[in-house]
Parts: sequence; structure tokens; C-alpha cells
Amino acid sequence: MAYDLIVIGGGLVGAAIAWGAAKQGASVALIDQGDIAFRAARGNFGLVWVQSKGAGMPAYAHWTRTSSELWPDLAATLAGATGVDVGLRQRGGLAFCLSDQELEDRAALLHRMHNESGDIGTRILDRAEVRAMVPGLGDRVVGASFCPIDGEAHPLYLLRALHAHLLQLGGDYLPGRTVDAIDAAPHSFTVRIGAERHTTAKLVIAAGLGSRDLAPMVGLAMPVTPLRGQIIVTERLRPFLDYTCHTLRQTVEGSVMMGDSQEDAGFDTSVGVPVLQTMAERNTAVFPALKEASIVRVWAALRVMSPDGFPIYEQSEAFPGAFAATCHSGVTLAGAHALALAPAILAGDLPERFTAFNSRRFDVPQA
Amino acid sequence: MFRRLDATGTTVRFSFEGRDIEAREGDTVAAALLAWDATALRLSPVSGAPRMPYCMMGVCFECLIEIDGIGNRQACLTTVAPGMRVRRQRGARGVL
Repeated sequence: MAYDLIVIGGGLVGAAIAWGAAKQGASVALIDQGDIAFRAARGNFGLVWVQSKGAGMPAYAHWTRTSSELWPDLAATLAGATGVDVGLRQRGGLAFCLSDQELEDRAALLHRMHNESGDIGTRILDRAEVRAMVPGLGDRVVGASFCPIDGEAHPLYLLRALHAHLLQLGGDYLPGRTVDAIDAAPHSFTVRIGAERHTTAKLVIAAGLGSRDLAPMVGLAMPVTPLRGQIIVTERLRPFLDYTCHTLRQTVEGSVMMGDSQEDAGFDTSVGVPVLQTMAERNTAVFPALKEASIVRVWAALRVMSPDGFPIYEQSEAFPGAFAATCHSGVTLAGAHALALAPAILAGDLPERFTAFNSRRFDVPQA
Repeated sequence: MFRRLDATGTTVRFSFEGRDIEAREGDTVAAALLAWDATALRLSPVSGAPRMPYCMMGVCFECLIEIDGIGNRQACLTTVAPGMRVRRQRGARGVL
């Protein structure tokens, strides 16, 4: 049997696209590597974050906004079908600044983004304004940027709900499989895994860091590299935070997560005290009371980064029907991947708004 | 409900909810309170239901309790010390 669509990569990007296509009635297979994969989707911080996404690339800012707007529909559909509450809360997001210089830089960035890609209600809060909104801030907080449409969701529940509903919709989930080769012809692809053969009219490469090697098999370029992020999780605490913060969020269950470290560490997923210490210091400068909280877990995971940090979406010119999809914001962009990108892929054509995400942008010589 | 197999040993005194409790040196807080027939070491942050120690080996977190003003302490992993002030934990621990 030939599928309408095979997605290679069962993480958040691949699962969202597979689910979106299955929901439109397509016959879909989702091929997933297994526990040997790096699985950015399982280390995610869980922001649905808009305010600082897409400086220098308005198409990305707009795409992120689209996703934020589609998220409630995604969350409600998944909850209705699977009973899994993915914990979406879009209550507004704060990025705290610990010096006047940081606040000036933040204001300049948001001003530039406002001019480039329009107003989304983001504003700079001074020392007094931010304290009127958030109790318990430390003296070092000089202000913050606030965006009313920022939010968060639970990445693991999201992944679980997407997989569960995909199966309900008749999709095939094929785990524990490493793709050996892809036989490509326009609008016809055979994925080879050991002795298995799976044939499809459309193919999406959404295999995270594994995409780099898979993409050339169908005439695509996905030059992604790992960027390590570490996360600290505290014991569960009484809710004290009404907003999502850029480097800190309190889950529905009460755990406080701290994150947003960025390190070029190759494929090393180990944690390290110096980085964890820096994260803890910064977040306890924002909320000094967190010094009392016990840390119960830390982990590291690898973000999937393109050369400029923006997503790659494109259809293969050599083998139409094959598509590339990768980004480092699998949670934020899940709404758009499921409800905007998947329908476009099924229709066989990526509209104008996707042009800016083509990997050809990396071929331009740097001045 | 619980009876000590060996009631000998040095006595240690601490307080639970302001009441004077006699324990044996080496008791964990959970063991000492079970021997004393305490009920409800905590109230669940989700439902408010009373909870008691369960696994007694540090994995189930049913025995979370406030010790000397600090919440979320594991009663089954904390050895009783003289003068320790132990209180029932009501709901989630707050730090703010």
C-alpha cells in the first residue's frame, strides 16, 4: 500500500505535521527512530513564545504569531479527542532585565521588531510597573518586556496527545526504525528500513538532527547542528506566578523550570554545574525566594539549529513531493505545523509565506 | 496501630503540631510519628485529602512534612533530632 504522506521524525515537528495531515483525511505513516535518537522533543522547556522571535526575519515573526493564534484550536482538538490536557496557558510573557543596559538592549530589540513586523502589544515595563504585576521580585530586576500573547504548554503531554490522536485517526506509527535509504522520484518515494519498504506520494523530513543526512536523499538541504540547552526543575511549590517568563516557568503541577542556556557542545547531552549555576543565579536574582526551593532534577537536550537559527521549510525541486521541516521551537510552532503547514504540504505546494524559509538563503555569500 | 519490636534505646523528644512526642534515637520522623499514632502528616495540595507515609524509603513523596519551618521535607528520610519542630504540611509548599 502507498501512503499519502510519510513523515520521518516522530518528535514534535514530525508528529504535528503527521497529525495535521491525518486530521485532513490523509493516510499517514510516522516513522520514528526510538530511544537512541536525541529527541529534542523530550527535553523541551515548553514555551509558546512570540515576543522575541523573528528579529531580522519578519516572515518568522509572523509565522510564530500564526502558531500562537492556532494553538488554542490545537489544544482543544487534542483534549477533545484524547482527553489529554496539554496545559496550554497564554497569559502573557515576561523577560526580566537585570541591568539598565539589558533593559535598553531589550527595548531596542522590541522597537526594531515592531518596525519590521508589526505591533503585537509588547511593551517595556519599568521597575515600578513590573513590581505592580509580579510579587516577590529581587532588587536587581530593573524592568522587563511583556508580551500579552506569550504562553506555555506541557511538551510531553503535547507529544503524547499528538501520537495518540494520530493513531485514533488511523495513522500508522512506526517506531524503532532508522531509515537506511530513500528511493526518490517526483511524487513517489520508497523509504527503506532494513528489509522493510514503505511507499508514499509525499514525504516530510522532520527528523531533527538526523535530517542533515536524510535530506540529501531527496534533493533537500537541512544543514542543522546541535545547540545544547540545560534545564533545572524544582520541587512542586504553591503557584506564585501568573505569567510565563522567558527563562522560568511554573508548571500546572507547581514545579518551577529554569532554562534557556545555550552551549555549542556537539552531541554531548551531559549537564554541567557551571551552566546550571549561572541559570540558578540569574533566576534567583529575579525571584530571591527560589533560593529556598530544592532542585529535584536537571537535564540537557540538544536544540536543532539551522545556520541562522530560523526554521527551514521547503519542497524539493529535484523530487517534488518531498518536503523539509525543521526548527528549534517545536512547541511554539506546533499550532502552525499542525494546522497551517500540514494542509499546505498535503495540497502539494508551499504558499508565498514559506519562501523566506527556503534553505537557499544559506547559499548567499556573506558580505 | 504500630508497635515497636524493641522499645529500648535512648529517648529523643521533638514536637508535632506543638505536641511533645517521644521517639527513639535513630527513628525517622515518619517512623516516630507512626509509632505515636499520628494521623495525616500532610494535606494534599490537589484535593486537600489527608495523607500518610506509604513507601518509607524515599520514593513516593507521600510523607512530605514541614520540619523546622521548611516544607516538602521527606519524613521517611529525615532522622529525628532533639527539639525538632515538625508540623503537618497543608497543601503545597510556598516560598513566596
